[in-house]
Amino acid sequence: MNWRAVAAIYRFEMARTARTLLQSVASPVLSTTLYFVVFGTAIGSRIGVIDGVEYGAFIVPGLIMLSMLTESISNASFGIYFPRFSGTIYEVLSAPISALEIVLGYVGAAATKSLILGTLILVTARFFVDYQIAHPVVMASFLILTATTFSLLGFIIGIWADGFEKLQIVPLMVVMPLTFLGGTFYSISMLPPFWQTVTLFNPVVYLVSGFRWSFTGTADVAVGLSLGMTLFFMLLCLVTIYWIFRTGYRLKP
Amino acid sequence: MPDPTPPPRHAVPAIIRVEGLSKTYDSGFSALQDVHLDIEEGEIFALLGPNGAGKTTLISTICGLVRPTGGRILADGYDVQRDFRAARARIGLVPQELTTDAFETVYNTVRFSRGLFGKARNDAHIEKVLRDLSLWDKRRSRILELSGGMKRRLMIAKALSHEPRILFLDEPTAGVDVELRRDMWEMVRGLRAGGVTIILTTHYIEEAEEMADRIGVINDGRIVLVDEKRALMRKLGQKELRLHLQAPLTALPEALDSGALALSEDGMELIYRFDAQQEHTGIAPLLRQLDAHGIDFKDLHTRESSLEEIFVQLVREGRA
Repeated sequence: MNWRAVAAIYRFEMARTARTLLQSVASPVLSTTLYFVVFGTAIGSRIGVIDGVEYGAFIVPGLIMLSMLTESISNASFGIYFPRFSGTIYEVLSAPISALEIVLGYVGAAATKSLILGTLILVTARFFVDYQIAHPVVMASFLILTATTFSLLGFIIGIWADGFEKLQIVPLMVVMPLTFLGGTFYSISMLPPFWQTVTLFNPVVYLVSGFRWSFTGTADVAVGLSLGMTLFFMLLCLVTIYWIFRTGYRLKP
Repeated sequence: MPDPTPPPRHAVPAIIRVEGLSKTYDSGFSALQDVHLDIEEGEIFALLGPNGAGKTTLISTICGLVRPTGGRILADGYDVQRDFRAARARIGLVPQELTTDAFETVYNTVRFSRGLFGKARNDAHIEKVLRDLSLWDKRRSRILELSGGMKRRLMIAKALSHEPRILFLDEPTAGVDVELRRDMWEMVRGLRAGGVTIILTTHYIEEAEEMADRIGVINDGRIVLVDEKRALMRKLGQKELRLHLQAPLTALPEALDSGALALSEDGMELIYRFDAQQEHTGIAPLLRQLDAHGIDFKDLHTRESSLEEIFVQLVREGRA
């Protein structure tokens, strides 16, 4: 293993985050804070209790997931897309680095950033709503798993994209709607039976449900199923990345 | 006492060996066809060819940026695909395009390059590289603040950060002013003196003429010719004798109109082309004939074909 190369890519990506703190950290924390203020405090006080939890506390896991998913994808996709766009990728591809080491560097950095962001949002939420964490270890595991899985997805998008527009399409047009419809702001038990069934095809439901279980101890779907689906999605991403490096798709003609 | 006689070139081991290399892109375009090439350790090898000839594809394939369709490449004895770590660790690449991370500092980007190649941090080496390339004073500057020439030197610094034994320079002086170009030539000679094998592609024939030990000409994805620069010029070079006449001629006398002699448009010059390698160049009989026809000249000079002329001739022959 070329650990020095992994460390070089990791440090480089983290330094990029440090240069763009406002955009990569402050901005998502601010927008999530606004969600807490508007949905949690203002509107939430009129909604009352869902599954035995105050509405403000109920949406905390969903909002953290919303930020983590979009930021994991954005960070990882930009991290690999920009060197492709600027041409500096030549250096990585001509260095004595394996595909695994490249992925570890880029995805590791993107996942770290998302974890920092998730933690910041968790701490910020405390100022607005009173929440409990019933299963802290499971919560931390879900955070790490989600940050890693969606950073892998972001890495794939960053290689697939051939323009900045495509880079934005998946987070905005796919992930954001799936997250909003994945039980971020409501329990799927509140939906009519037909839509409850439809919702089960949304992978984000399993993430939000499992993550919420770690906070409240109640979930829309079994926590084991949530974990299994997340791991399955991660496996899909890993297989896709393996194929990318094997074929040289959009990296090596 | 060490033997002062250097080994003959063919006895020097190939540090890069390309065997039957081919590359056909998905579009069907065949960029390289059965390329065989040996680069000898410690030499400066210039790869010449017109646009689209396959120069960059060849370099990119050796460096691992393009996947070959067939054939094999060894770098210092290591297969660039099977033993990619060992092979790539020995190679530094300076691509044609100025591709840099605009917001990164000079020092950090060079340190990043060293890390990518798995080398331990070595501030002294990075300082030496930056000083050698006159970039030390700019080490804390962001890359976007650098001039084009500085960026070009920075690309070289990045490629040298991991102490490669083989350095590929793809059009190293494209768009660089004359003074900087000469500085770069000096730097490349210095690298070679330090034991680095240099392979460069260039459009500037004078660059190859000035620096290369050997020259390879590639055209339509095939290596047309590989030879020592001097041998190449000797073999293919023609000389030209120009005689500045005392009085203009309207036409060549019939006896002199052999094809080797031409009259300039203004009638003031006679131009005679001959093969410098031939024992009998024909100059002495020509001068006698001129005297016999009463043609006086006031000055004369000779000129050797440039590598550019040779190159154009080779490419034309290759297309014919």
